[in-house]
Amino acid sequence: MRRKMYDIGARALLYGCSALTVGLLIFLIGYILIRGVGGISWSFLTTSESVLRGTIGIAPAIQNTLFVVVVSLLIALPLGVGAAIYLTEYARNKKLVAVIEFASEALAGIPSIIYALVGVILFCTALRLQKTLLAGSLTMVMMILPTIIRSTQESLKTVPQSYREGALGLGSGKWRMIRTVVLPSSVDGIVTGCILAVGRVVGESAVLMYTAGMSMAMQDFSPGQLARASGSTLTVALYHYAKENADFSVAFSIATILLILTVIINFSASFLGRKLKRS
Amino acid sequence: MQGLFTLCGLMAVGFVLLISVYLIISGLPAIREIGLGRFLFGKTWAAGQNQYGILPLILTSVYGTAGAVVIGVPIGFFTAVFLAKAAPKWLANVIRPAVSLLAGIPSVVYGLVGMCVLVPALRNWLNLPAGDSLLAAIIVLAIMILPNIISLSETALEAVPKEYEEASLALGATKLETYFRVSAPAAKSGIAAAVVLGIGRAIGEAMAIMMVAGNVANMPALTKSVRFLTTGISIELNYSQDGSLQRQALFSIGLVLFLFIMLINAFLNLVLKREKEG
Repeated sequence: MRRKMYDIGARALLYGCSALTVGLLIFLIGYILIRGVGGISWSFLTTSESVLRGTIGIAPAIQNTLFVVVVSLLIALPLGVGAAIYLTEYARNKKLVAVIEFASEALAGIPSIIYALVGVILFCTALRLQKTLLAGSLTMVMMILPTIIRSTQESLKTVPQSYREGALGLGSGKWRMIRTVVLPSSVDGIVTGCILAVGRVVGESAVLMYTAGMSMAMQDFSPGQLARASGSTLTVALYHYAKENADFSVAFSIATILLILTVIINFSASFLGRKLKRS
Repeated sequence: MQGLFTLCGLMAVGFVLLISVYLIISGLPAIREIGLGRFLFGKTWAAGQNQYGILPLILTSVYGTAGAVVIGVPIGFFTAVFLAKAAPKWLANVIRPAVSLLAGIPSVVYGLVGMCVLVPALRNWLNLPAGDSLLAAIIVLAIMILPNIISLSETALEAVPKEYEEASLALGATKLETYFRVSAPAAKSGIAAAVVLGIGRAIGEAMAIMMVAGNVANMPALTKSVRFLTTGISIELNYSQDGSLQRQALFSIGLVLFLFIMLINAFLNLVLKREKEG
């Protein structure tokens, strides 16, 4: 009898907690969509806020987000892939590998508010970049580096040793072997890493709020002014509208867009990840 | 080429050193000026009156994290057991992406929903003057660490050798007894790692709780407005004068938070190492 009670109780806990987790997600999505979808329109996405006309648009926030994503990836991708190549292909010094892997883990564990502080002293103040999208992107490079290192490393490890031996046996040098054989067969993992990194940039708010500025105006992205552009990304704009303007319908519309982006990013990453596992 | 790649690898080490050195250099002056004892154990944080005691911030972070763990870990653990062992395959395949979606939702979105749903609800249920409170922050944090706990515990549970469970079943234990008395103990170090990682995420979260915790530097109490270590930095970072003692004190808070995180990381490494050896 006692065992039967135990079984029933345990089963109830398992089902109850899982239902709670899924219920939470459904509630979150439903609530955000209900309050946010109505406010999304073509002009909401393509114009900037205008006090004169009394309209609200988030085109600058979208552009700023894209800018940070592109610039931080452009820098972090070669660094991260290079580090992963060193770790899996070249490194012979076990201790150094351990140190680098530890550093990468540590970077991944540092909270974003600390990155914000470092970004403020290092990029905004010491390097005199001020609060610009460039300073924000450079800070984000440090944050997304471990993501790219890890997923590139994982996919490099899955390249069969025979590929490498084959290439070397045909007389190729090490770098040529890596470039023509190893990297092409681990492209899935590198792309997955990039997608996860994009997810991290899109979702980040603390760092960008303090290093990239909070302006909601359209920025000048012409080549000469590029380094001086400064403004809020989608997440910072959400915070701005919710906490400082108490304009919740705009905040929920931005939340809806962020939610859609998260879904796209998650599904493409897991789709590629599965493809990676199969091959 | 090798030199170039080595350089890339060393970049990660360089970043960590850079962050540590910068935090120490910019965090120490304020501590020296205020005095370590008065900084760490001072009960009042009031930049206007030149009082910089962060005891309320430290305690709030500790209580808030502990609260999030107390709520989030059991729910996460049971969900992980369900996913790894009890759920039919199709259901697990539906729930798993849901969990990773929860992990991917930006923290400001959690903060927004917390602000609009949780805070008013707490105000009404508990008859508070304002719902912005430690309790609201704890609930938001618990939800935010849930996906980390679930996915790591699930991985640990799935790595338990089938033979253990088969032996237990053959001895007459029911399936559920097996999950809780055989599988879970065998996966305990992996689950412990999940908990530690959850602690790390909770103690480092800033934006979501900045939107629901009220941000007044009170000594922590469940229904009071509180300020965490993280929000202690974020709430004043944009308003403090460059080079002022206030700004420097923010960096000192950052240094304290950084030490907390490093401690947690070291502990995590210890747990993971034990798992590898055990």
